[in-house]
Order: sequence, then C-alpha cells, then structure tokens
Amino acid sequence: MDTNFQLPSSDFPQIKKTLGFKEHCFKKSLWLYHFGGASCNNCDIEILDCLTPRYDVERFGMLLIGSVRHADVLLVNGSINTKCRDRLLEIYKQAPRPIVVVAIGACGCTGGIFAEGNTFAGPVDKIIPVDVYIPGCPPKPEAILAGIVNFLNKK
Amino acid sequence: MTQQLIHYLLFPGLLFMVIAGGFLSWFDRKITAWVQFRKGPPLLQPLYDFVKLMVKETILPRNASRVTFLLSPIFAATGAIIAGLMILLPAFGVSAGFDGDIIVIFYVLAIPSLSYIIGALSSGNLLASVGASREMKLIIGYELCFLLILAAIILKSGYQLDLAGIVAVQQADGAFIGSVSGVLLFVALMMCIQAKLGMVPFDAAEAETEIASGFLIEYSGPPLAFIKLSKYILILVLPVLVVSLMLGGLNLNGWGIIWAVLKILLVVLLVTLVRNTNPRLTIKQSMRFFFIWMNLLVIAAIVLEYMGL
Repeated sequence: MDTNFQLPSSDFPQIKKTLGFKEHCFKKSLWLYHFGGASCNNCDIEILDCLTPRYDVERFGMLLIGSVRHADVLLVNGSINTKCRDRLLEIYKQAPRPIVVVAIGACGCTGGIFAEGNTFAGPVDKIIPVDVYIPGCPPKPEAILAGIVNFLNKK
Repeated sequence: MTQQLIHYLLFPGLLFMVIAGGFLSWFDRKITAWVQFRKGPPLLQPLYDFVKLMVKETILPRNASRVTFLLSPIFAATGAIIAGLMILLPAFGVSAGFDGDIIVIFYVLAIPSLSYIIGALSSGNLLASVGASREMKLIIGYELCFLLILAAIILKSGYQLDLAGIVAVQQADGAFIGSVSGVLLFVALMMCIQAKLGMVPFDAAEAETEIASGFLIEYSGPPLAFIKLSKYILILVLPVLVVSLMLGGLNLNGWGIIWAVLKILLVVLLVTLVRNTNPRLTIKQSMRFFFIWMNLLVIAAIVLEYMGL
C-alpha cells in the first residue's frame, strides 16, 4: 500500500464552485459505482432495490455502471476490514474527480456490530473522505434516495 | 457555398445529427424503461450526460500509449460524423452523393468500431483488451453479412451504386421490403445494425456485468464523452441507412415528414425491443449466428431475387 498517499479533503466544494449549468448537469447525471466491503449483503440488496421498477433511480439520471473510471458517486457499504481497506483506497484513487462518496448502512458509517472486531480497519471516513452518511441496518431504499437527493439540494 | 455549409454543419449535417441522435438515445432508454415498467430518464438526459462527462477529470492510465488513447475517441466521433454526412445528405435529398458512395459508407461505418478497438488496446488494461478482442471478432462476424446485404440490395436496385439512386428506384417502384427476399434482407440487416450499435444480444464486447464495460473501461471524462457522441450519432445514422436501403427512403414533402419520422422511430423501436427481450450472447454464439444463419438467410434472399420474388 502506498503509505505516502495524503487523504484529500472532500471533492464536493469543487463541484459547488462550478455553479450554474454544469453543476445542474452534474446533479442530473450521477453514475453510481458500488463498492461492497465485508458486507452481510443486506445493504447491497437495498442498493439494488433502488434500481428496480418500484424506485427507479434512472428517472433522476442515475445509472449503475461497471467501471470506476465512469463513476460520479462511490457507494460504499459494509464494514471495512484490513483486507478491503487497500482495495477501497485504490478504487478511490482510480476514480475521476469530482467524486461524491456515500457511506451506506451502520457498518459503513460507524462500523456497527463489527466496530470492535480485530480485523476491523475503521469506518469508511477513516480511510477516504465521506460526503453523505446514510445510517440504518439496512437503510430503506427511500432513505438512500433521500440521502443523495438532500445532499445534492443542500446549499 | 453558404447553402452547402448549412447542409454540412446545420441541417441535415452535424448539429441536426447530434441533436436527433441524442433524442433517439433518450427514446431508446425511455422505451427500455417502459418495457421494464419504469418511468425512465428525462428528455434532456443525453445532454446532461454529455456535459457532465466534459466537466469530469481525464485519467491517463500509467501503461497507456497516451496519444493513441486520447485520439481514438476523436477518430471514433469523426468516423461517425463522416458516415452520418454520407448517409444523411442523400437521405434528405441534398445532392451530395457520388457513384459508388455505398461502398465508401460500408468502410466508413467500420471506423468507430475500429477506433474503439485501437483505444482499448492502447489503454493497457486486461479487461479492455478482452473487450477489444471480442469487438474484433464481432466485426469479422457481421461485416461479411453486411457486405452480402449491400450486394443483394445493389442487385435488387438494378446495379445502382449510390444511395440516392437506390432511394430513387424504391420511390419509383415501391420499397424493397415489399417482397419475400426483401423481408429476409430486412431481418438480416436489422441484426447487423444491432451488432454495429453494440446492443444487447451482441454486446459481449461491452458487457458491464462480466468485463466491466470492456473496451470503455479506462475512459473517463471528455474522451468518454466523445465515445458517447459517436454512439448518439450512430443510433440516428444506422436507422436512417436501414430506411434508405429497405424502407423506401425519407420523403420530406408535406405529410411525408411525419411518415419519415415514424419510419426512423420504428427502426429504433425494433432495435430497442430486440435489446430488451434477449440475453447477451457469448462471442462464439454471435459469430456462429452471423457466419452461419445470417449469411445463409442473405444467400437465400439473393437466390429468391434471381427467381424474381
């Protein structure tokens, strides 16, 4: 692991500076990349639920994409242990700026029931800067959508 | 001169191509959403996607060959635009074609796919090279079939080698699809279009779920925007080519405009419905599909043509 890598601060102020039409387009076309840590898969299922006909995030222009190079939003869920910490950092460094990081679920936000485990490598915000926290075990799809939409509308 | 510039740059050239292509890609996504009982993206979604990608950071992979990696999306967009001009100008009744332009169109339409392959191979990514090799095999599969279809259509039109001539023959004697061999050719041509657009039964090169977007995997920001632009243009241009070759061309007088728009939307609708009701084929299956079944279909159509059907 690259130990000299400095933790950057959140990218989102950079987006906010480009006010106007570009910012509007960015908000209207968020492409999601899903990073599942050592998850119990409940949060993964709830994230996938957002893509189903019932919730349909594509009406906000959001798409789930396969390569982190295309991503605008990095969804991180699950407890991050010593194995997946390096992967998460690597994925974060590979993403094009500006990128919004969303920590989903109790494990992503605080560590949840795994916080005392001996392989636990800290909640997501200890590894990469997090813009949105969506607590819940697992959070409902409505909560995930509301979290992202509220964050984007925040002034 | 001014007239010509307007034709090439505004209507039916570059600007129209980009706007109508963006609209059709939205149409494709909206129909997909309706098929899946979803609501789908808003009308301006292609614009939002394009502008957003232009704002994002461009990442150069460490092992990439930089110049090739960055130039190939531009080549892809340029190839799509040239093919678009060569197809759209005759289709909209501007006398810009020349004798034999259909053969040039055949070659120019291969430029976007070849640029994707070159870009993917220069990115130094393993999954991208898997995607590039699949795309290459797919091209080998469908190009022979596409060439045979063009040969059959040239035969049907009494050896007209230019697009405008083929449209003129159809407007005089009725569209080519109105015969048994015409129907067979239309089916084969639709399958070739599907493969050229990289849509679902033949999207093994771009498979998001197995090789993470395949040949696009390393692209980010503006280069990806140019690749999207070439896709927007192709989704307009290839249906117009189908309409010109098989469905009697576009007649832009009076009520003919509505009929022309409906023809293009119908072809895109067919592509979208095929894409939504089929699983992804492996590259071996796609090649076998084109090499054996589609080629047989086209040869059968040519034999039927000689018998006068």
